[in-house]
Amino acid sequence: MTAVSATAAVAARLPARRYLIALALAVWAAGWALLRGHDTLALGGAELTPLHSALSEAMDAIDDSRNTNPLFLYFINYIRLFLDEAVTFVQHLISQPSMGRPVPVLGWLGVTGLATAVALLYGNRKVALLTAAGFLSFGALGLWQESMDTLALTLTAVALSLAVGIPLGVWAGLSDRFHRVVTPVLDFMQTMPTFVYLAPLTLFFLIGPASATVATMIYAVPPAIRITAHGIRQVSADTLEAGSSLGATPAQALRHVRLPMAKQTIIVGVNQTIMAALSMATIAALIDAPGLGQTVLKALQTLDVGTAFNAGLAIVIMAVVLDRVTSAASRRVEAERRAGRTRTVRGRRLEVAGVLGVAGVLAYLSYTYVWAAEFPIAANAGSYVRRAADAASQWVQDSLVTYTDALKNLVSNQLLNRLEALLTGSPWWLVTVVAVVLVLLVGSVRAALVTAAGLLLLVLLGLWQDSMVTLASTIVATVLVMLLGVVAGVWIGRSDRADTVLRPVLDAGQTMPAFVYLVPILGLFGATRFTAIIAAVVFAAPVAIKLVAEGIRGVSSTTVEAATSAGASTWQLISKVQLPMARSAVTLAASQGLIYVLSMVVVGGLVGAGALGYDVVAGFSQHQLRGKGLAAGLAIVVLGIVLDRVMRAATQRADVAAHGGQHHK
Amino acid sequence: MTAPSVAERSAPDTDAPPILSVRELWKVFGPKAESLVGSSLSRQELKEQSGCVAAVRDVSFEVRRGEVFVVMGLSGSGKSTLVRCLTRLIEPTAGEILLDGEDVRKADSRRLRELRRHRMAMVFQHFGLLPHRCVLDNVAFGLEIRGVSKEDRYARAREVVGLVGLNGFENSYPDQLSGGMQQRVGLARALAADPEVLLFDEPFSALDPLIRREMQNEVIRLHQEVGKTMIFITHDLSEALKLGDRILIMRDGEVVQVGTPDQVVGAPADDYVRDFVSDVPRSRVLTLRWVMRPPQPGEPLDGPELGPDVVIRDAVHAVLSAERPVRVTENGTLLGVVTSAEILEVIAGKAQE
Amino acid sequence: MRAAALVTGAGLLLTACGGAKVGETGTASSGGAKGCGTVNLAVNPWVGYEANAAVIAQVAEKQLGCKVVKKDLKEEVAWQGFATGEVDAIVENWAHDDLKKKYIEDQKVAVSAGPTGNKGVIGWYVAPWMAKKYPDITDGKNLNKYASLFKTSESDGKGQLLDGDPSFVTNDAALVKNLKLDYKVVYAGSETALITAFRQSEKQQKPVLGYFYEPQWFLSELRLVKVNLPAYTKGCDADAAKVACDYPPYELDKIVSKKFADSGSPAYTLVKNFTWTNDDQNLVAKYIAEDKMSAEEAAAKWVADNPDKVKAWLPAS
Repeated sequence: MTAVSATAAVAARLPARRYLIALALAVWAAGWALLRGHDTLALGGAELTPLHSALSEAMDAIDDSRNTNPLFLYFINYIRLFLDEAVTFVQHLISQPSMGRPVPVLGWLGVTGLATAVALLYGNRKVALLTAAGFLSFGALGLWQESMDTLALTLTAVALSLAVGIPLGVWAGLSDRFHRVVTPVLDFMQTMPTFVYLAPLTLFFLIGPASATVATMIYAVPPAIRITAHGIRQVSADTLEAGSSLGATPAQALRHVRLPMAKQTIIVGVNQTIMAALSMATIAALIDAPGLGQTVLKALQTLDVGTAFNAGLAIVIMAVVLDRVTSAASRRVEAERRAGRTRTVRGRRLEVAGVLGVAGVLAYLSYTYVWAAEFPIAANAGSYVRRAADAASQWVQDSLVTYTDALKNLVSNQLLNRLEALLTGSPWWLVTVVAVVLVLLVGSVRAALVTAAGLLLLVLLGLWQDSMVTLASTIVATVLVMLLGVVAGVWIGRSDRADTVLRPVLDAGQTMPAFVYLVPILGLFGATRFTAIIAAVVFAAPVAIKLVAEGIRGVSSTTVEAATSAGASTWQLISKVQLPMARSAVTLAASQGLIYVLSMVVVGGLVGAGALGYDVVAGFSQHQLRGKGLAAGLAIVVLGIVLDRVMRAATQRADVAAHGGQHHK
Repeated sequence: MTAPSVAERSAPDTDAPPILSVRELWKVFGPKAESLVGSSLSRQELKEQSGCVAAVRDVSFEVRRGEVFVVMGLSGSGKSTLVRCLTRLIEPTAGEILLDGEDVRKADSRRLRELRRHRMAMVFQHFGLLPHRCVLDNVAFGLEIRGVSKEDRYARAREVVGLVGLNGFENSYPDQLSGGMQQRVGLARALAADPEVLLFDEPFSALDPLIRREMQNEVIRLHQEVGKTMIFITHDLSEALKLGDRILIMRDGEVVQVGTPDQVVGAPADDYVRDFVSDVPRSRVLTLRWVMRPPQPGEPLDGPELGPDVVIRDAVHAVLSAERPVRVTENGTLLGVVTSAEILEVIAGKAQE
Repeated sequence: MRAAALVTGAGLLLTACGGAKVGETGTASSGGAKGCGTVNLAVNPWVGYEANAAVIAQVAEKQLGCKVVKKDLKEEVAWQGFATGEVDAIVENWAHDDLKKKYIEDQKVAVSAGPTGNKGVIGWYVAPWMAKKYPDITDGKNLNKYASLFKTSESDGKGQLLDGDPSFVTNDAALVKNLKLDYKVVYAGSETALITAFRQSEKQQKPVLGYFYEPQWFLSELRLVKVNLPAYTKGCDADAAKVACDYPPYELDKIVSKKFADSGSPAYTLVKNFTWTNDDQNLVAKYIAEDKMSAEEAAAKWVADNPDKVKAWLPAS
C-alpha cells in the first residue's frame, strides 16, 4: 500500500516517466558500448567458485553420513523404507510379479474393471467409457506394465501428497499467518527445477521409488495445499457468520461449514495434484523411477522418436483419463447438490454394489486366469504408432528445415543475440543499477528492492553471466508464449469450435513429456538456444492460452452485448472490451507462462541452451560439478522470483494508473 | 409543534425491566480503535486524522421484552455493525450490552457460545444457508451443534418448518428454493433454538417487493404467535413503520432518534429525520392525538367520540361524515377536537406549517 | 442391475470354461538357483553400455542361472549405489578418477574388476562429407582456416565447436584458448543433441564440428571422422587450464561393489572375465539402436554367434 502510493506519488511528480525509461535504456546502451566486456563475471563450463566447491563438499558430507548420522538412522531411513514399501505394494498389486506369482495380483482385466468402476461411481458413464478405453489402450500400445508402474508411482505419490497437502491446506485456509509463511515456500517448490533436487534427493533417499516419490511429492503437494486453502478461504462469509451466530465452535464451523462447502474446490486440487504428480513421475525416471518415463528416456538414447512418442502417448492418455475422471467427480459433487439427490440412498447402494460386484468378478478373473492377467500380445498397436511417429518426425525434419533455419536465424540474430549481448556484455553493476531503476519506474519500490537483492545473489552464486544468458532466453520465450497465448486464447475464448478442436492439443502439449518432442525440434533448429526456446514455448503456451481463453469467456455477456449494440466491430470488441476486461487473466497467464518457461530451462540445457540449464544438467551428471549445479538451480529460482515480483508490481502499477489511483486493497 | 406524550400503542410491558439494554456502545475499526472512544470529532474528521472508522458511536437504547425494535438507517449508518455487536459477531470497542442484566461483553468464549446457542438467534440478509444440507438439516443445524440428539432435533426442526410454512420442502436443497423460501429457512433456523431474542439483519432487502411484503406479514404473524423479542435492522422506512413498536434511527453511527412510529413521523428529531419521513403517508401513521386541537369557544361539543390513538386514516370517515367536531377523549376526559379541516390538512400533506 | 447380473453371469461362465490358470504353466521358472542369486547391474544411459550389460545379463541368466536386475541410472547415481548395496556392478566405466577415489579408496565399497577390452577415444569429429570435401580439416592446425564455415547463430561470429554430453568432463574451452582457435564452445547439452546435429550435418551438408567419442553405436550409422589435435603425451593434460593436447585414450573398465566381489558368486567371475572388442560392442549396439532389437534379443543373437568368446568368460568349473 505505502509503496504503491509512494511510487504513485513519484509518478505524479514525474509525468515524463516514459522519457526516464528511455533515458535509463540509453544510459545502459552507452555503458555497454563503452565498457563492453568489463566486469562481466564470465565463468567457464568446468570452472568452479569456492561456493560451488563448498556446496559439493556439503553434499559429499551428507552422502558419507548416511549410515552414522542419527537423522538418517532414526528418521530419513524410516521414511525411505516406508515410501519404498508403499510404492512396491501398489506395484505388486497392479504391475509387478508378486507373492510368488509370475504376474501381479490384478491383471489387465481387473485393473481396467476397477478403474472403470471408480470412474462410473464417482464420475459418470461417459468418463467410465473413456477410462475403459484408455486403460485398454495402454495394453494395445504394448505398454501395459510400464503404464501400471507409472500409475502405481503416481497414485502412491498422490495419496501421500493429499494426506500431507489437504491438512496443511486447511491450516493455510484458516490461518493468515501460516498462509503467509507457506506461500513463498510453495512458490519455491514449484519453481525449483526438478533436476536440481533429483540428484540431492538420492543422497537422502537413495535411488529408486522412495526418491521418486519424494520428488513427485515436492511437485505435487503445492497445488494440493494452495487449492485447499483457496477453497477454505472462499467459503462465503455470510454462511460462516450464520454458523457462529448459532454458536458453532471453530471446529464445528470447519467440519460442518467450511469443509463441505470447500469440497468441490478441494477436488479440483486433487485433480491438479494428480496432473502434477503424473508429469513428475515421468521425469523421475532419471533416478530409476519405474514406468513409462524409462521407456521415453531409453528411446531417446537412440533417437528413437517412434518409441518415445508411443510411450509419451500412453502418458497423455493416462493424464487425460485421470483429468477427466477427477473433473467429472468434482462436477458430480456440484450436480448432486443441485439435483437434490432424487435417487434414494438405497438406489445408490444397489448401484454401488452392482458396479463393484462386476469389477470384483473381473478382478477375480484377472487374478486367476492368464488370459485376463497378461495383456494379449497380439493386440499390439504400438508398432503402428511408432512407425507413424517416426515417419512424421522424419518428414518434419526433412521438409521444414529450410524455413525453420531462417526463422531461427531471424529470432536469434535480431532479438536474442542483441538482448543477450546487452545483458552479458555490460558490467554486472551497470545491469543491476539499470534494472533497479527500470523496475522503480515501471513497478514499485519493493519490487526494485527484490530485484537488487536477487541480482546481487546471482553474483554471489558465481553464475552471473550464465544467469544473464538464461534471462535473455527466458524473456524471449515468455514474450513468444504471451503472443501465442493472447492470439490463440482470444480465438478459443470466442469460438466454441476452436475450443473443441484445440483443447486436446493443448492437453497433450502440457502432458507429453518434453523429451518426446525434443528430437524433431532438434532436427529442425539444431542444438541452439532457439530450440530450447521452442521447447519452452510448446510446454508453456497451453497454460497461457487456457488462462487467457478462460478470461475472455469470463467477460460478462451483458458487457459484450452492450458493446455490440453500440456498433463495435469484432476487432474493437476484442481490443477494447474483452482483452482489457480479461486483464487479470492475461496477467495470470503471463506469470504462469513465465514459471512454466523457467521450469523448462533445464530441459533447454539438454538441447543447446547452455548457461544455467546446462550447469544443472552437468551438475546432475558429473560429480565435481554437483555444487555448481545446485547453485545454478538456486539461480533459476532467484530469476523466477525476481521476474514474478517485477511483473506483479508492474501490473499493479498499471492497474492503479488505469483506475486513477482508486485501486486500494 | 411539540410532541405530546403518547401511550404505547401495543402490548409490550413497559414497566418490566428491559430484556436488552445497550449503553454507550462504540465500535471503531482501525489501528488505534480504543483511543478514539469518546471522541467528539465527526466521522469524516476521524477518518482523515486517524484512518479509523467509527461505525457505532455512543449508542444507547433499551429493548423491552416482547417488543419489535427496529433499527433503521441508510447504508453505512452502522446499523449492521450494531446488530453484530449485540452477539459479538463483531467485537465492540467499548460500552455495555446487558442481556437480562448479564453483560454480554464480559462473557468468555464458552459463555458467549451458550448465549448464541440458546438466547439470541439471527436472520441474515443473504440467508447464510449451508448449500450442501437439505432444509431440515439447515434448520436443525443450530440444535446439532449444541449436541441435541438426531431424533429430538429433527422433531423440533419439523415443528419449526411447519411454523414458517415450509411443509413439504424438508428435503429440498437451498438452491432449489426461491429467495423468499430460503429466508423462511433462515427464519426457521433462528426459531429452532427457541431463543428469547431474534435479530434480523435486513432480512428482506434481497427479496422482490411482493415477497418482501409477504415475509413482513409473516414476521408479524410469527410475532403474534411466538411473542419473541425482535430486533430488526432495515433501511426501508415503510418496513420500519410497519413492523416496529419502536424505531431507532441511526446516522453516521450515531442515534438520531428513538421513538414510536408516530413519534418519528409526527415529531422528527431533526431535519435529517424530517427529510426521511417526508414522503410517508402521514394519515396512515399519525393518530388523532397528533392533529386534535383544543375546542374553540362556542364550538359544539356533542359530536361523536373517538380515542386519541386512532390512526387518522381510520378516523377519516367518521370525522368527515360528522356534522359537528369529533371529540377526542381518553377515559372520559376530553383531550381535544378534530374537524374535517385538520383531517384534510394531513391528507393533503401540509400538516407541518 | 440386470446388466450387472448379465456380466456376472458371463464372468462365471468364463470361469467355468477355464483357460490357463496363473501359476499352472511353466512360467514360474524365474532363476535364483545354483547359488548365483541376484545380480544388480547398473545400466548407464548409452547404448554401448547397454550392449555390455545385455550380453553379461544374457550369459548370467541363461548359463549361470542368476537373476539379473537392471537399473537404469546415470553414472554418478550408479556409483552411489555401491555404497547402498543397490548396485553390484558397473560394466563400462570411463575413467572417473574422482569417483574411484571416493568409492574405491575412501569408502572402500567398490573394487575394480579389470578392463572391458574396449578402447575409449574422445575427440573432435566432423561428418564424413566434410572430411571428403575438405581433406585437410582432419588436422587440427587447419581448423582456423575453416572457422567461418562453422559460424552459427550461437557462436558469436566465430566458428562453433559443439560440445557434448554433460556427463563428460571436457577440456574444450581450454583447448580452444590454448590452441588459439577462432572458435566458441557451444554446449549441446546431451548426446541426443550431438547425434542429431551430426545427422543433419550429413543430410544437409551443413558443417558441424563437435565433441564425440567411440565406441558409440552412432558410428555404425555414420562413420564420423576425428580431427587430430596435437598428440597426447602422458601428463600433457595435468593442468586442466593449460592443456593443449588431444584427449588421452581410455581403457574402459568394470567396477563392482566390494560385497559382490567377496560373495564368490559365479556372476562376479563372469563380470571379471568379460572382455570384448570395440567392434563386438558396436555390433551389439547397432542391433539395439539401428535394428530396433530389444537388448535381450541383441545379446542372445551375439552370444549364439560367438560361443567361444563367451566360454572364456565362464567360471572354470
